[in-house]
Amino acid sequence: MGQRAFLCGNEAVAEGVRLSAPHVIAAYPITPQTVVVERLAEMVEDGSVKAEFMHVESEHSALSASMGASAVGARTFSSTSSQGLVYMAECLHYASGGRFPIVMMNANRSLALPWSIYGDHRDSMSLLDCGWIQVYTEDAQESLDMVLQAYAIAEHPEVLTPVMINLDGFVLTHTYELVDIPAWEQAREFLPPYETVNKLDFDAPKNMAFSSNPGNNLEFKLRQHRGMLRAKELIAETDGRFQAIFGRSYGGLTEAYRCDDAELIVVSVGSVTGTCRTVADELRNEGWKVGVLKIRFMRPFPEEEIIAALRNAKAVAVLDKDISFGYEGTVFTNVNSALSKAGAEILKLNFIGGLGGRDISKDHIREMYRRLQDGLDGIAQENVQYLGLGVAIDERG
Amino acid sequence: MNRPALRKYVNPQFLSDLPEGPCYDAGHLVTVNAGWRTRKPVLDSEACTGCYICYMNCPEGVIFKSDDKVDIDYDFCKGCGICANGCPKDAIVMIREGEA
Repeated sequence: MGQRAFLCGNEAVAEGVRLSAPHVIAAYPITPQTVVVERLAEMVEDGSVKAEFMHVESEHSALSASMGASAVGARTFSSTSSQGLVYMAECLHYASGGRFPIVMMNANRSLALPWSIYGDHRDSMSLLDCGWIQVYTEDAQESLDMVLQAYAIAEHPEVLTPVMINLDGFVLTHTYELVDIPAWEQAREFLPPYETVNKLDFDAPKNMAFSSNPGNNLEFKLRQHRGMLRAKELIAETDGRFQAIFGRSYGGLTEAYRCDDAELIVVSVGSVTGTCRTVADELRNEGWKVGVLKIRFMRPFPEEEIIAALRNAKAVAVLDKDISFGYEGTVFTNVNSALSKAGAEILKLNFIGGLGGRDISKDHIREMYRRLQDGLDGIAQENVQYLGLGVAIDERG
Repeated sequence: MNRPALRKYVNPQFLSDLPEGPCYDAGHLVTVNAGWRTRKPVLDSEACTGCYICYMNCPEGVIFKSDDKVDIDYDFCKGCGICANGCPKDAIVMIREGEA
């Protein structure tokens, strides 16, 4: 039997890592991820995690060390946030191209400048193309459970792709909730040891992480791409297997809430989804036909699920805690692409909010639904709007 | 000691013929390295005492034991000169390619 404990998101991740029985942990502390590193260091110290804890001098080194460990067939964990994530950007591409199935937690936090330690999605969204599977969790329980699921997905021989588990900084990393901690035996039943032929081995020597020439680089990259696409099928499959053992399920790449007959749908990523559901319930009670679609995985991108959930709606608002400067929110770009390819002729608006840790309130979410309805009623809407903007936009701004 | 050996390169026909990621059996050599050299090591087998320092030093593993002494696999020698530099008996000298 497992046990229950009152944990913050960071501690829940540490418990998930303990239950995954890693061989090597290499991480550098950074706000708001530090607690993960502290808990794991304690667990290694008291022997409850039988892993090597590598004390590294930077995030670049943390992920480089993780790759080295992964290259001998070790199950490896790292974690970072914000500036740390972008500092290891070079290694992110190396790890995915090298097909090292590392699992890493990222505490979503804004990027400098202006300097801010508070949460938004600019760090991970700006690295959407680095070849890592990206999942965004909503609560501490899901964060713990996703560590176990992430290793099962990453280490699958047809996937061999690293996974980044994203938790909203502070909102999720530092808030406490009651969490079910699975039993060690259950975790072993769910997650077998990592086995691979892609490792440094005296008995079967390999050349690893080699170069390619223009004649075969595309083929290597295409295999990498197909590994990520293979993960699409595996994510739902893994979740089903997880449910059979632990009794909890997250449904795969997206999670639709009251979307079946919804006319207005808000698309969200991460912990703000809970607030969106609350507002959707309130509006439903007031007679609005509204729903919420949570995107759990940004890569691989759940194109088919998004089209299926949204194509019968009349209007869709995509909530981005991110700006791709010079264009729009990155989540919006991706959702819009999927809907456009499917020929869905519906109103689509992009709302950017929550930057640098600004609160996204119930009122903001109500406003999104109201703007969608206004748009349907013929009141012209800006394609990109900013939630809770404290000032008016003028010509000189 | 395994000597380097050439294998014929077979063009992949299907995506699945490529390895899953840049990782493949070590020592899979499909081409020789002789063309890298501008100078090549030449061994004076009379002066060689068979101490095998060159064998230990060679970064390419192309020096092999032969009748209590050593010999050089010129197919894979890149001409770095480390063997000549380390030979205590000066039994290996580097000469320009094409001069002998």
